[in-house]
Amino acid sequence: MAKITIDGIAYEVDPKLTVIQAARDHGIKIPHFCWHPKLSVAGNCRMCLVEIEKMPKLAIACATQVAEGMVVKTQSERVQKARNAVMEFLLINHPLDCPICDEAGECKLQDYTYKYSIGYSRFNEDKVHKPKRIQLGPNVMLDVERCIMCSRCVRFADEIAKQPVLTFTQRGDHVVLTTFPGTQLDNPYSMNVIELCPVGALTGTDFRFKARVWEMSSTESTCTGCARGCNINIWVRNNEILRLTPRQNEEVNSAWMCDFGRLQTFKDVNSEKRLSGPLMRKEGILSSVGWDEAIAAAASELRLFKKSEIAGLGSAYASNEDNYAFQKFMKDVLGTKNVDFVRHLKEGDEDAFLLRADKTANTRGAEEVGVKPGEGGSNIDAIIQGIKNGSIKALYALEDDIAAIPEIAGVLSNLELLIVHSSIQNETTAAADIVFSSSTYAEKHGTLTNFQGRVQRIRPAVVTLEQDRALDGFAMSRWDKFASHNDRWGRPIKKDARPSWRIVSAVASAVGGKMKFNSADDVFREISEKVQAFKGLNYQKIGNTGVMSKTASRAVPVV
Amino acid sequence: MASSKKIIRKKDFSLLQRMYLPEIFRGLMTTFLQMFKPKITHQYPEVRFHPPASFRGRPVLVEEQGVERCVACGLCSRVCPALAIEVQASETDLEKERYPVKFEINMVRCIFCGFCEEVCPEEAIVMSNEYELAFSSQEEAIFGKDKLLIPAEKLKERLEFLKQNR
Repeated sequence: MAKITIDGIAYEVDPKLTVIQAARDHGIKIPHFCWHPKLSVAGNCRMCLVEIEKMPKLAIACATQVAEGMVVKTQSERVQKARNAVMEFLLINHPLDCPICDEAGECKLQDYTYKYSIGYSRFNEDKVHKPKRIQLGPNVMLDVERCIMCSRCVRFADEIAKQPVLTFTQRGDHVVLTTFPGTQLDNPYSMNVIELCPVGALTGTDFRFKARVWEMSSTESTCTGCARGCNINIWVRNNEILRLTPRQNEEVNSAWMCDFGRLQTFKDVNSEKRLSGPLMRKEGILSSVGWDEAIAAAASELRLFKKSEIAGLGSAYASNEDNYAFQKFMKDVLGTKNVDFVRHLKEGDEDAFLLRADKTANTRGAEEVGVKPGEGGSNIDAIIQGIKNGSIKALYALEDDIAAIPEIAGVLSNLELLIVHSSIQNETTAAADIVFSSSTYAEKHGTLTNFQGRVQRIRPAVVTLEQDRALDGFAMSRWDKFASHNDRWGRPIKKDARPSWRIVSAVASAVGGKMKFNSADDVFREISEKVQAFKGLNYQKIGNTGVMSKTASRAVPVV
Repeated sequence: MASSKKIIRKKDFSLLQRMYLPEIFRGLMTTFLQMFKPKITHQYPEVRFHPPASFRGRPVLVEEQGVERCVACGLCSRVCPALAIEVQASETDLEKERYPVKFEINMVRCIFCGFCEEVCPEEAIVMSNEYELAFSSQEEAIFGKDKLLIPAEKLKERLEFLKQNR
């Protein structure tokens, strides 16, 4: 351990660290643009200059290793003057277009201008003009005028995404960030450069100009794009998800997420194909009905079948709570042993970084909470076979588009009763007799277990018809707080959906079983009592970054 | 303090004063003299008041060559103390890159403070001289781009006023 002094306070730090890391570990913030904890050191922005005693000149904190007896000053007059000068240089050619820049509000350059610059410009000459609105790849747009040449994106492409296509050309104030001829930034992780970019030079094609950052609320949740379960923030304005951003979790996704998860997983929540309440087949046509009617119908229809004639398919897309309530309903209330779920493995569609071949968020969790055949019961193949030969006549399927799978689609017409939970219209709902509109992952509390066995929380960010943003403790933006009946933005579209565990409990009670769950927390409490993998866990312990379930062997750290 | 102060009343008025008449005529004189002064009463709605350039009427969007100046930055929306303004930006091929695809001011919420005008980096939203705002429903009070866009030529007075008082 090395003894160093920062701003007059002595610390003992690991001698392998650089000054900026040592300071950061002890809560001392040294301003920086090009340095990033996950990337190699470039040392080209000069913002992290600090005074180190016995060194003739100021040194950059990001590339100076700590040494025994080092005395660092981060706030001295010399340092502040140097910072002012660096800021002045950076701002010479930076356009004054914060009002139309998507980064405004979460921009490092903007924040540091308030904190560390002199507050006015001495530069009266014309700024250098450079290319704007360049499509770097399918998902990333570049505005070179805003670029401050920190090279974070270049290093990300080289080191993390392993697709070295970005580089600088020209010199001096004519430096331009560009892709090599004939290449584009199209790796599966390309959009991480958007958050990495300390200014608004790199913006997302999808989110571009959609909203100002201060108009949205953000909710900590988990990505449902694959079995990795990257930690994310869900950004919502006017009850609509506008973007997802990665949230740091060393055990799962480091600080990154893939473009697929970022762009595709929330489309179904905002989709126009969302169901507006339960549906029931009446004289051959699916028509809207009330919740009570649908629940009563489901219960009375299910009663008509023998135990062995009923099968249940849980879902690797649904939460642990949903799956637990479902298998309990199937096994304890209806008494069937034919319970399983469909796995969605796309062999080959994976990599050594984040992407997993399992395209569902909760395969492991579904298995652990008990969505598997009971003793002597049928598994998924046997259930399909059973439907084919007529021994299984009723199927209850949770949040999964099973009709999209050819083997299942072919036999669905043999069924006498098909009850489905789904949030959007799909082939399965079209074939169903009773459809319950279920909440998406962004509309309910719950947990998902990723492939490592890490139990992580999902939290509601979008309100459904039965919820209230203020009363139910949702994240609120300024708009949410002050909306009244005469504002158009105060009247968002709310979907009539309920979490699956709630629907299942209601059907179970209607059948005559005992299932009294009032909240997702209730369900999880029972899971933690009954299921070995979840022993002793609760929502508080899971927190924002999740905990390993008791059956997980060990954490599999990312790169 | 005030209660302890002694009120002194003049007790012996003169005869003229006791008759009140001179004072009555003096008062009537003021009234009669008004007849020969210029009228300031307007025969509204036949005659309308034309406010000076400093007047803060309903906020409007400046239109130049058929396009709004607005770049949909949302600063007016952010600064509005009454949350009257809603802006939705979108991309345009014009040099300004973005434009408001939706711009709505809820005139029931607007308090005519002029902060939106003050914060606007493009001088795209200004306070007009229009003050006739009556609605028969809440919905009618929400002005969209169709009602807000006014050609710059019609706003010359205000734009000139803003230039002088920058």
